[in-house]
Amino acid sequence: MSMAIAAERPQATAEERCEYTLRLADTSLVAGQRLAEWLGHGPALEEDLALGNIALDLIGQARLLLALAGRIEGRGRDEDALAFWRDAAQFRNVSLAEQPNGDFGHTIVRQCLLDAWQLETYASLAGSADTELADIAKKAAKECRYHWRYSAGWLVRLGDGTEESHRRVSEAVQDLWRFTDELLTPDALDARMAECGIAPPAAAVRERWEQRVAAALREAKLPCPVHQHYPWHGKRGVHTEALGHLLATLQHLPRAHPGVSW
Amino acid sequence: MYTQALDSAGSAAPQGEADEDGRLERFQARIDRDEKIEPKDWMPEDYRQTLIRQIAQHAHSEIVGMLPEGNWITRAPSLRRKVVLIAKVQDEGGHGMYLYSAAETLGVSRTTLIEQLLSGRAKYSSIFNYPTLTWADIGAIGWLVDGAAIMNQIPLCRCSYGPYARAMVRICKEESFHQRQGYELMLALARGSAAQRAMAQDALNRWWWPSLMMFGPSDAHSVHTAQSMRWKIKRFSNDELRQKFISVTVPQAQYLGLTVPDPELRWDEAAQHYRAGPINWSEFHAVLKGDGPCNRERLAARREAHEAGRWVREAAAAYAEKHGAGAVPARSG
Ligand SMILES: [Fe+2]
Ligand SMILES: [Fe+2]
Repeated sequence: MSMAIAAERPQATAEERCEYTLRLADTSLVAGQRLAEWLGHGPALEEDLALGNIALDLIGQARLLLALAGRIEGRGRDEDALAFWRDAAQFRNVSLAEQPNGDFGHTIVRQCLLDAWQLETYASLAGSADTELADIAKKAAKECRYHWRYSAGWLVRLGDGTEESHRRVSEAVQDLWRFTDELLTPDALDARMAECGIAPPAAAVRERWEQRVAAALREAKLPCPVHQHYPWHGKRGVHTEALGHLLATLQHLPRAHPGVSW
Repeated sequence: MYTQALDSAGSAAPQGEADEDGRLERFQARIDRDEKIEPKDWMPEDYRQTLIRQIAQHAHSEIVGMLPEGNWITRAPSLRRKVVLIAKVQDEGGHGMYLYSAAETLGVSRTTLIEQLLSGRAKYSSIFNYPTLTWADIGAIGWLVDGAAIMNQIPLCRCSYGPYARAMVRICKEESFHQRQGYELMLALARGSAAQRAMAQDALNRWWWPSLMMFGPSDAHSVHTAQSMRWKIKRFSNDELRQKFISVTVPQAQYLGLTVPDPELRWDEAAQHYRAGPINWSEFHAVLKGDGPCNRERLAARREAHEAGRWVREAAAAYAEKHGAGAVPARSG
């Protein structure tokens, strides 16, 4: 994506940049934590390893992005301070990422919808005016392309597999579709970031996401659900009940021993 | 060790196949010359069966071993530790895969072996039937359990069966990495707060004896050692390996400032190493028989994953049937 000429562009404040970076960071962190729950419990050894790889990539992205957010913020918080010492209302991940795993099909559908969004977002962010963010995004886009291949591949196999697998994934699509509204509808911060040349224009991401997901659903012989408006906005800190439990598990150990290193 | 049940299974291998055309003799001569036996080569049935049991037990141990450590992935206290732990648990899954593949070269399928594990007929290492109660247990497992695994597995890199020996070379590299990471985790706790040091000591207290038991029964009670040694499937006795482990590990505990939970531990001046007190073998046999602290939980977790994944595996098979085996969905991008 070609960004506007720097001189004519409005400049985002540090607070805005930090907030936007946290949206990306927390989405990767929370999704990675969810996928890591599968290790040792997957439907086959190969799936344990693949889900573990994706979790590693996502947490790796989160570490880079959290560190960047901490530097932008300038208050000395590092990746762990941000991951372990913020409460749910301070998390900025999209609500889709925090949804519980459910069965393997449910996890695959969640990942598909999210992978497509992360892939298109990071691919566009590779041209961001924020060069540090752009560097992280280049690497993340490559990883997310692999994640998408994995999740979309399984979506198709499950959708076009047996009657039972078809039923299970179509229920998961129905369940999770409402969380896609948040991915695709820009709020004031998304719009501001696009104006400043930091984030891609939401309309472009939306179009590519819709094409990508529609094609996968078609191949999986699953109907594309109608648009559902959903008022939940994790990216503004208004989360579902699931996030509190996820964070209780993630954060309890360092919080029980403040001030030590591990 | 990961294959400790072999030595106490009590199923003495049938001996003395008739050696009409001298095949056995030629086979043994190849082993004596340190030649590798490969899948297509002729081998005595006892050799094949012993290897299958040993490799399968080893593979099952890797897979069940993912559970106690996996228990702390979601609770790791820093993102770096979380990433290291996920990668470690993944490595263990990878070890299971190479080992199942090595066993398959002997003519037994992974599906069959996994069924044996889930039905409770196949054994895996007793060590994984102990619980991981605190974060320090993750350090103790890396340091002690991976450490004990290395002691046993380094000699297996020279095992007479080629595919097993080659799998072990790769596995040993990763296990020694795990051992170092585990020790480094313990060191961070030992140099941390009083609560962290107490956590580390408590973990050592609980993992020390089970780690010594990993090497299997004492030589006096070990059934298969002699034949396995002749076949170069085994190169050192259980007690030799256990002593090696004690000699290396006690000074490491001292460096951490932790106390080995053995009141009879003493320095043997003549041998120039530490000697441990007597092992509680009734605990070992109870755990091996299925009465350890977590035997039921570990098997239940494996069965649950297998059952819950059935519809997924069936769907993949049905898709492959419709679209040709090995079909990869043609998605965009
Ligand atoms: Fe291993
Ligand atoms: Fe290991």
